[in-house]
This record gives sequence, C-alpha cells and structure tokens, in this order.
Amino acid sequence: MPSLKDLKNRINSVKSTRKITQAMQMVAAAKLRRAEEAAEAARPYAERFNAVMAGLAGSVGGSDSAPKLLSGTGEDKVHLLVVMTAERGLCGGFNSSIVKLARAHATELAGKGKTVKILTVGKKGREQLRRDWPDALVGHVDLSDVKRVGYANAADIARDVLGRFDAGEFDVATIFYSEFESVVSQIPTATQIIPAKFDVPEGEEAAESVPYDYEPDEEAILADLLPRGVATQIFTALLENAASEQGARMSAMDNATRNAGEMIDRLTIEFNRTRQAVITNELIEIISGAEAL
Amino acid sequence: MADTMKFDLVSPEARVVSGQAVSVQIPGAEGDLTAMPNHAPVITTLRPGFLRAEMDGGVQEFAVFGGFAEITAEAASVLAEHAVAKADLTREAVEGHLEKARAAMDAAEGPAQDLAAKLVADLTALSEAATA
Repeated sequence: MPSLKDLKNRINSVKSTRKITQAMQMVAAAKLRRAEEAAEAARPYAERFNAVMAGLAGSVGGSDSAPKLLSGTGEDKVHLLVVMTAERGLCGGFNSSIVKLARAHATELAGKGKTVKILTVGKKGREQLRRDWPDALVGHVDLSDVKRVGYANAADIARDVLGRFDAGEFDVATIFYSEFESVVSQIPTATQIIPAKFDVPEGEEAAESVPYDYEPDEEAILADLLPRGVATQIFTALLENAASEQGARMSAMDNATRNAGEMIDRLTIEFNRTRQAVITNELIEIISGAEAL
Repeated sequence: MADTMKFDLVSPEARVVSGQAVSVQIPGAEGDLTAMPNHAPVITTLRPGFLRAEMDGGVQEFAVFGGFAEITAEAASVLAEHAVAKADLTREAVEGHLEKARAAMDAAEGPAQDLAAKLVADLTALSEAATA
C-alpha cells in the first residue's frame, strides 16, 4: 500500500500532466480552426482546376501525343509512394493510420513484383517506414520549419516528384494523406497523381461540352497545366493533412485530459481512504493504550 | 444582354476577389486579352503580368504569376498560381520567381529555352513595374 506522501505526489504529477494536455488541446483547437480555414480557402481553386483539367484531359487524353503525365509511361513497374505525415507526434493514431495504409499498399505492390520507392513528407512517417522499407526510401521532405503550409511548399514537393518522373525513376505516383472529415474522423486516403486522373463530377457533362477556344492549343495548355495539377493535388493533400493532424491531436488530447481527470478522482479516493485508515489506526492505538492503563 | 459578368480571381491559397466586373484585362500567354460580357468561351494560360479588372467598386489591379483563365459569356475566372494586389507587389517577391525562372532557363534546351527566356523577360518587366 502506497504511503500518503506517494499518493499526494502522484496526484500532483497527474494534475500537471492534465494541465499540459489541456493546453495542447486548446492550442490544437485554435490551429485546427486556422487549418480548416486554409483548406476551405483552397477549395475553389482546386475544384475549378480539376473541372477544367477534366474537360481538357477528356478531349486530348485519347490521342497518342498526350503528355506522359496524363497517359503514363506505358509501364507499371516502379511505383513511387509519397507518404505525407506530421512532423510531430502526440496526435493519436494520425501518423500510424497513414503509414499503415501506405505499408499495406507497398506490401501489395511488392507482392505483385513491382518496385516500390517511397518519398516521405514529415518526420513521423519516415521514422515508422524506415523499419520496414529501409531500402525503398528515396527522399524526404522536411517541413518542421514550416509554420503554415503554403503553395510554395507544395510546389517544391511537386518539383521534386516531377524531376524524378522526368528522370524516369518511376511510372506511377500515389500520395498518401489523411482526409479531414471531422474532428473525430480522419480518413487515410491514397490518391494517384501520376498518371493524372480526373474524375468528372456526375451531371456536369453538359457544362463540359461548351466549345472553348484554347490559347495556345489544347496540348500546350495541358502540358503547362499538368505539372501545376500535381502541385495543386499535393497542396490540397497537405492542407487536408494539416487539418486532420490538428483534429486528431485535439481529440487525442481531449481523451488524455479526461483520462487524467478520472485518474485524479481515483487517486483522490484512494488517498482519502488511506488517510482515514491511518486515522483509524491511530485511534485504535490510543484507545487500546488507554484501556491497558 | 448583361453588361456585367461574374469575375473570380483565385489563387491556391485564397479567393482573391470575386464579384461583378464590366471588363477584365488578362495577360494571356499569347498576348493580353480583355474579357467582356458575352465573350466567346476561351481557356488561356497566363504569363506573369498585370490583370486589370473594371469592377463595380472601381478598377482593381493585380499581379499574377502563371495559371490560366477560363472565360465564358457570363463569367471570367482566373486561376493564378500566385496573385497579389498591384500595390502590394514588392520587387523582392518578383525576384524570387525570377531567380527560379533564370535557373530553369539555364537548364532548359531547345524550344523550352525560348519559353523560359520569355518567362524571364515577363518577370523582369514585372519587377521593374513593382513599386520599391
């Protein structure tokens, strides 16, 4: 049975832990709001961009001269997995769930005899993947100095990926990130970015059929826009990830705070009981001492 | 016949402006063009330059870097990779782009080099026009 002093110490230490988790939760909540706003602000661009690209890809995609970014290299041997995780931990299962998805994907591809290359964005994913796929890691993008992800960060990653593509290092690229649905639910997602795929939203076929004039011609525009499309998709993923990370951290810290509270209650009861037992003990000693006289 | 059209200028990070405009002068890759209501549908890529929109609240000018514009009879949407109000444009900001463009020009060959050289020229013009 722990002494009263031990219990008191433990209660105090859990109390200070609770203070920290509570503060982290509030910080995450504030950051989440900002991250959500950023993701919201980026939506019009991404949506419009994809709509135009879908139209363009539809009209040019079939031809032989279609850019490689759209039609692929014609092979399916080397896969690049761009795994985007957070730079920091203490955010529940956020990093692990993305890594888990990427790992399953990599194992499946390797099982089919394909070569897997992994580019990690964010320290946490790298740490986890290094154990299973030490040889597959081809690069790492460090965002730990970046306070707010901007389009420039996405453009840098895109440039890296496109450079590798032009150098013939891979055939297919897929990004892994966590889609933000709500504070309690973030969905790890895999999206193929090279060769580019554009989903034409249902029911918008009529809008697509407007005969646009293209300046310069369709193929030149497509060649100009496809690399930007990669950057846009990476940017969207980064923003979703940022929001998801804060959401996951917020709920993880909320849980931790609640657990700490429960623990404090339990320890306090134990403390009181022990104190009572000590008092009772002392009384018995005094009474039996008095009776003996 | 409508005498205004919907005008949006969006960058990846934010919706820069959105509203009704009488005309929008766009720096297209193959020359400037002015979009007005009932313009024929056009999609054009952008070169770095100034975009001038005549809007309800007066004329607004922006510097845009790359991207594309989608013009229809009722709307003009400009999706710029980077867009700032002309007044906020600083020379340092342009220099950053210019540096990358120069590096790309040096690395490029053949027709791509001409394109890159054009980009550098456009950016240089933009840099000279920038205040301070």
